[in-house]
Formats: sequence, C-alpha cells, structure tokens
Amino acid sequence: MAWETVVGLEIHAQLATQSKIFSGSSTAFGAAPNSQASLIDLGFPGVLPVLNGEVVRLAVRFGLAIGATIASRSVFARKNYFYPDLPKGYQISQYELPIVHTGSVEIPLAEGGSKTVRITRAHLEEDAGKSLHENLTDATGIDLNRAGTPLLEIVSEPDLRSAAEAATYMREIHQLVRYLGICDGNMQEGSFRCDANVSIRPTGEDKLGTRAELKNLNSFRFIEKAINYEVERQIDILEGGGQVVQETRLYDADRDETRPMRSKEEANDYRYFPDPDLLPVEIDDSFINQVRADLPELPAAKRKRFIDEFGLRADDVAALTASRAMADYFESVAQAVGNDPKLAANWVVGELAAALNRDDLEIEASRVAPDALAQLLQRIQDGTVSGKIAKEVFEAMWAGEGSADDIIDKQGLKQITDTGAIEKVVDEILANNAAQVQQYRDGNQKVLGFFVGQVMKATQGKANPQQVNELLRKKLS
Amino acid sequence: MSIGTVASQAAALAAGNLSSRELTRAALDEIEARDGTLNAFINVCAESAMAAATAADELRAAGRAGPLTGIPIAHKDIFCTRGLATTCGSRMLADFVPPYDATVVSRLADAGVVCVGKTNMDEFAMGSSNETSYFGAVRNPWDPAKSPGGSSGGSAAAVAGGLVAAATGTDTGGSIRQPAALTGITGVKPTYGRVSRFGMIAFASSLDQAGVLTRTAEDAAMLLAVMAGFDPRDSTSADVPVADYPATLGDSLEGRRIGVPTEFFDDGLDDECATLVRAALAELEAAGALLREVSLPNLPLSVPTYYIVAPAEASSNLSRFDGVRFGHRAEAVTELNEMYSLTRQQGFGDEVKRRIMTGTYVLSAGYYDAYYLQAQKVRQLIADDFRKAFAEVDLIAGPTAPTAAFALGDKVDDPVQMYLNDIYTIGANLAGLPGASVPCGFTGGLPVGLQLVGPAFSESLVLNVAHQYQLATDWHERRPAGAD
Repeated sequence: MAWETVVGLEIHAQLATQSKIFSGSSTAFGAAPNSQASLIDLGFPGVLPVLNGEVVRLAVRFGLAIGATIASRSVFARKNYFYPDLPKGYQISQYELPIVHTGSVEIPLAEGGSKTVRITRAHLEEDAGKSLHENLTDATGIDLNRAGTPLLEIVSEPDLRSAAEAATYMREIHQLVRYLGICDGNMQEGSFRCDANVSIRPTGEDKLGTRAELKNLNSFRFIEKAINYEVERQIDILEGGGQVVQETRLYDADRDETRPMRSKEEANDYRYFPDPDLLPVEIDDSFINQVRADLPELPAAKRKRFIDEFGLRADDVAALTASRAMADYFESVAQAVGNDPKLAANWVVGELAAALNRDDLEIEASRVAPDALAQLLQRIQDGTVSGKIAKEVFEAMWAGEGSADDIIDKQGLKQITDTGAIEKVVDEILANNAAQVQQYRDGNQKVLGFFVGQVMKATQGKANPQQVNELLRKKLS
Repeated sequence: MSIGTVASQAAALAAGNLSSRELTRAALDEIEARDGTLNAFINVCAESAMAAATAADELRAAGRAGPLTGIPIAHKDIFCTRGLATTCGSRMLADFVPPYDATVVSRLADAGVVCVGKTNMDEFAMGSSNETSYFGAVRNPWDPAKSPGGSSGGSAAAVAGGLVAAATGTDTGGSIRQPAALTGITGVKPTYGRVSRFGMIAFASSLDQAGVLTRTAEDAAMLLAVMAGFDPRDSTSADVPVADYPATLGDSLEGRRIGVPTEFFDDGLDDECATLVRAALAELEAAGALLREVSLPNLPLSVPTYYIVAPAEASSNLSRFDGVRFGHRAEAVTELNEMYSLTRQQGFGDEVKRRIMTGTYVLSAGYYDAYYLQAQKVRQLIADDFRKAFAEVDLIAGPTAPTAAFALGDKVDDPVQMYLNDIYTIGANLAGLPGASVPCGFTGGLPVGLQLVGPAFSESLVLNVAHQYQLATDWHERRPAGAD
C-alpha cells in the first residue's frame, strides 16, 4: 500500500528580549545556574507576574509577517502540571485566545514551485527551567535561569507531506524570525526548538491517522531523520496489522530512533484556565500599524526582488537571502560593482561563503567587509587582476594582510597588460618548445593550453590571459 | 494602659503625651499578658518592633512624622515580611522567612507604622472560624469558647481584645468582614485591585483583597489612605487615584439612598441578628438616609459559585508548594512523586486539601464547562445584579453574617454549614466591590455586624456611612472583659 506522510510542527522561538516575559531578570544565555532567577522566576509565595510589553510587539511583528490575524484581545492561561523545573506548578501560556492566529507561509518545493503552509496560531508563553543530572548522585539539580524566558509557540496545520517539507518549513520559519529580529535562531542554545506531530494515512485517504508527537528536534538534519524514522516505524506497525498509539516520543540523535517518553511525563490533564494574575492583552489598530510600518523586507519579497532586479539564479538567491545580514552584504557589494551583480553574487556565494564556512563564521563576523570585497571585484572589472589572481588576493585579505589594492601592490600582482612584455615571454616559450610548436602546427589545437600554462607560469599568473591567447594564436598561425 | 484607637494614639503621639516606644511596649505587654488565651498571634517580633518604634520617635523628634508614624499594628500572617517568618497559618510555611515585604507591609512601614507581629489565620485563608490554622484556633475575646470567625480571626481578636489598635487582613469571601462582625469591630475590604496583592500569599487571586480591621471607621480610613494605590508589581491593581478617605468621613447622610436587599433577610438569618440589623438601618434613616428595598436575585447562588471559583484558583496557586524551592519538604523520600505527595500530605491541613481537590476537579477535562465556566457566568450575573441595584441606590446594607459567633468545634465537621457563614459577604468578592462591617448590637453577649457594600471604588462613601453610624451609636466602643 502507498502511504502518505502528514506532519504538523510546533516551533518554539525564544523572543529576543533583554528581560524575561514576566520579570526583570536577564535572558542572557550561559550564566551560572540560578544567577538569573528572581523571586518571580522562582515562584515565591505572593509574588506576581507583570507582562514585559516588548514580547507583545515581537509577537505582533511575527503575526503581520505571516499575514495572520492579530487578536484584539488575547488571554494568558495557566497550564497546570508538576515538574521540578516548573517553579509555580503551572506554566503561563495562552490557550483559548492566542495573540496571533490564522496565518500562512509559502515554502519552496524540491520538485519546483511552492506550497502554502497554514499556521494555526502563535501564542506567547514562558519557558520552564532545566533539570541537571551531571555530577550529581541521588539528586537532581534545578537551574531556573531559563524559567520565564519568553517563547512564541508557532503551531502549523498538518499541511506538510514529507520529512523534507517539514525541514524546509522549519528553515523558512527560522529564516523569518531572524529577518524579523524577534529570535536569534540559535539552535545550540535552544532559542529555536521544534516538536513534530507525525502520522501516516493511505494515499488518497482524507482522514488523519493517529499521530505521534516527536520531541527534541533541534536541528534541520534531526527533524528530517526523526520524521523519516517515525514514518517507517508507523508503516511497519500498520502493515503488520497493528495500530499506532497516540503518544509523545523522544528523538535520540545518537541512535537515530524515536522512543516513547515515560508516560508520567505526558499523561497530564493540564486544567487550563485564564490566569487571574494577568490582565487580557488588548491590542488596537494604531499599535498594529506602528509595528507594520517597522517591518523589514521579508525573505520571500527579497528573493523575488533579487531574481527580478539582479537576474540571479534561484539557488544563488536562496543562499544570498539566507539571512538579512547575508542579503545586506551582497547588496552592498553589488551596488559597489555597479553593472555586474552576477560577479558580486558569484563571489559572495563562492569564495566568501567558502571562507566563512571554513572558519565557521557567520556573515556578521566576516573577516572581509563588503566594501573591501567590492574593491577587489572592481580590480577584476578594470583588468588590474585576473579572476584567478583575485582569489589569491582574497585569501590574503582574509588573512588580514590589508586591502585589495595594498596586497596587489605589495605582492606585485598587477596584471601584465603590456603587449611588448607579454610578447617577449611568448617568444621565449615558443623558442624553447619547438616540438610542441610543431605538434600545434600539425593540427593538435590542445597544445595551445600548454603554451598558455607556460606563459602564465613564467609571469606568475600575472599576464592578461586574453592577451596571451591572442598572441600565441597569432605567432603559431 | 488602654490601647485605644489609631486616631487617639496618633493624637497622643502628636501632642507628645506618648512615645511610639511606650505605645509599642504597651502592645507587646498586652500580647504577652493575654495572647496565651487568645492565640491571636503566630509570631511576635518585639525586638524589631521596638527598633521601629525608636526610629519612629526619632523621626517625630526631627519633625518628620506623618499621621501614622509610630502607631503599632499587626499584620495577618498572609503578608510577606522581610526577615520575619510568614506562615500563612500552615505547616507548609512554618519556617518560611521571605526575603521581601508585601506592598501592604512596605507602604505601612514607609508611613512609619510599627509591626509588632503576625496574626493567626485559617490555613491559607481557607476557613471561616480560624480553626484550620496549623497554629491552633483563635479564641473570641467576648467568649473564649467561641470562634472569632475567619480567616482573619487572629487580626480580629487582636483588635477586639485590645492587643493592638489595628491589624491588616485579607478578604476573599468575607475573611475581614465576618470576623469583624463576630468580634465587634470594624472591618473594611476595599474594591478588588484597590490595594496591591504583591507579597500577599494567594488563595484565590481574582477574589483576594487586602484591607484592615480596626475599632472605628475613622481608623480604617487613616490606614487605607496609606495602603491603597496602584502598584506596578501587581497587574491587577487599579491605576485609579486614591480619594482622601478621612476628608469625607464627616459628610452628612442626608439624602443618601441605601438599598436593603431582600435576599439578605432570608431564612438562614438569625432572628435576633435580623432585629439588630433592622434597628441599625433605622438609625441610618434617622441620620438622613433614604432606605429602599432592592433585589439581588442571583445572590443565593453566590456560595456555590464561590466554592467553584475560589478552589479552582487555589488548586493552581498552591501548586508551588511542592517542597522543591521553599517551605516544608518531606524527609526520607526515594523518588519525585513520593516527595510531592508526602510533602503536600504533611504540609497541608484537611480544609486546604479539600479545596485543592475540589478545585482540581472543577478544572478537569470534561468538568470545566459544567463547573468552572458555568460559575464564571453566574459570577457575571451576580455582578450585574449589584450594578443594577447601584443604578437606584448609593450603597447596600444588611447583615454581615447569619449569626453571632458560634462555638469552636461547632462546624468543623460540616464544611457546608461553615461555608454558609459567608453567604452575605461572598457577593461583594464575586463582584469585586468594597464592603465593610461595623458593630450594630449584641445578642447573648456576642456582637453582631452591619454590612455596607458600595459600588467599585466607593471606599470614601462606605467609610463615610460607617463613620456617621458610629457617631450615632456606641456599639463600637463596647469592650470585652479585660480589653479596655
């Protein structure tokens, strides 16, 4: 039987605020355990939450970016359950009335074209703390630094039809929240996390199958692997005559498998009810308009513009718009080199991306600034250096040896365009390689490459390749 | 030395006839001498009280004293006090010392008020008799065999018994007004949100409100003037200007329309109490007020509504008492769930457990709509009843409690009978309205209270009417034996 995969994602994006959602504690990552946990984060008796207004603005920003409805009134609710790293015995979240609902994003499909993924809702909530087990015997440590960190939980409809689509959607949201500046997207630090609801059904069937919720999918690679594993598992069960159990399963990246979480961690009746300590969040049109006016160009619009305006290939555009910083870098270089955006694109996607990748750097930390790269590309355009020499210059720039002009100057890399000088070398080479000259004249055109190579070698690559070619052809004919 | 009233103490301090040290010493001596019987206090902080009194006297000497500087009072042990144990009447918090002050505590301290100790209360404010306290029942100064009411029973007994002139309290379903009535003193519960809840240990967050227990409405006005006001640390506190309560106490009642709800005079109301309350209403009429009969048709639903809403919120509010970060933790446990269940089994008393279970039940999947949601709808209807009534009258008056003080032990085994004690007070909490109880007579040697309820933020009017009533009567001046 043919099976169809059905996936919906719940993404937790940590909102990029300085302080927590209901207290003034810092949200900075990596501090000593419990050094960023106030009495409010600790849930001490009698203390009360006060909403950090910035999270509202960030959530609205996201809502507008996905064309969603912004609720004029949303309500915080308590999700009640006991866990040692949940200080109050309940998590403050939004339940019946989320701040954002009914939006969508377009994702590109591998087979070409795109599809719309509907986003059911995005709601605000506080994160829990962390249980620590390392270096402890017969005890569990609790670190509440993360407790109260603001999260936006983004819930999609079950519109995704493969593990690859799920990963693409996750990338799309990841890119979007970073464009919007509402989340740093750091997956290692847990700023961007994902759970997946996965089910299968016979192809052509409308009814959804029983789903499993996969937890802990904290990389684009894992989400794909985990869903693929889970789909295979469910197919095996159904084809073996069994039934899929609705449960929460944890993805174990080391073993590349999913397995059920202990039932007591999931068998909860959360007894949601409106939090009487917090007022409903009221949002009016003027606030929405203010946030809208402040929205940056979004990834989809930018991609379209790069294709239309610069005539670039879709795969280059995807790489160039991966982040706002990357796109800004490219645009800055493209502007400086004027009429040749493809040259700028090739260098940013090629040499620059490779260097960043090699040193594991983000574009923001590039060792070569956009104007410096632009200067180098201008030297290619004006014939000062060849593309090949430019790569050497780039490496020197990357190593911090100075600007393109400095390096070209200091290392004498300026292209030899003096016809007389090149001719002298060509004559020498031809005189010293009589046999090859004969071969060429006998009709072996490939020998031309040998002569070009010899001339370039003799000039340390500085001879203008076009001139070399022309001279050789003339002298050999 | 007679403890007197806040106003008389303030006058004596201002005139230089007494120092705060003398007043504070006198309060501590009274507590020392008589609290063995009353059990009104859980903790007495003699040392810090005397230090605060000294500071107050110095402030006065420097010419920087306010109207309340140097007045000794007590705080209900539900208000967190920095460095001073705050138990909430529970074993769960028997050793809990908060590193912060409740806003009520800090505002009063900033006004120069001296805290002499923390008063006994029903555990987590859940009770109407003060018998659910882990620290034992409080005795009624009028008759030690009787309950002082609850949950602010310790505060009520401390004031009625003449240990202090004033004490703070909290009122979730009548916990200030009912004990005030049962001990013959004045108790005022402001509008929901008028006084900050920050640092006040939560029972039912949408109903809890801090207030005061005093001998007179004038004293209550002086204290509330300091306690009330917006607090950025409590999102539900009202950003509404605070009126000058003492300034309008003297206003005439001429033409004031006072509504008397028929539902307040039901079969459950003791005949003697009814007669005394009717007489009090006649007194108000004599002072110029116009009495009108009004109806609050949904008020009889207030007790069942309250016993869904309040336990629901409590079940969640009390989840933080899990033994992980503060408070009691069970010893010798081997795993997490055992730690939770033993900690809570040992830390909470029966009434608290009953309410946690009730609240958990009404919020559960499949029951939420039938109970919690339905109760919220009825709550709205009750609030609408009051709103309609206040279109016709300025204030509502009636009995505070169905009977005078009952015997300790009388109702402990019958929760429903106990809950019915709050039948006339709960409405104001569900609707978030200000209310007061003032003494209006005696039956069988025990005091009876007249309740006043006003529209939201009408504290000035409630206090004004209470004060005018006290100008015309002397019930509030009666003292139990030993307290003068």
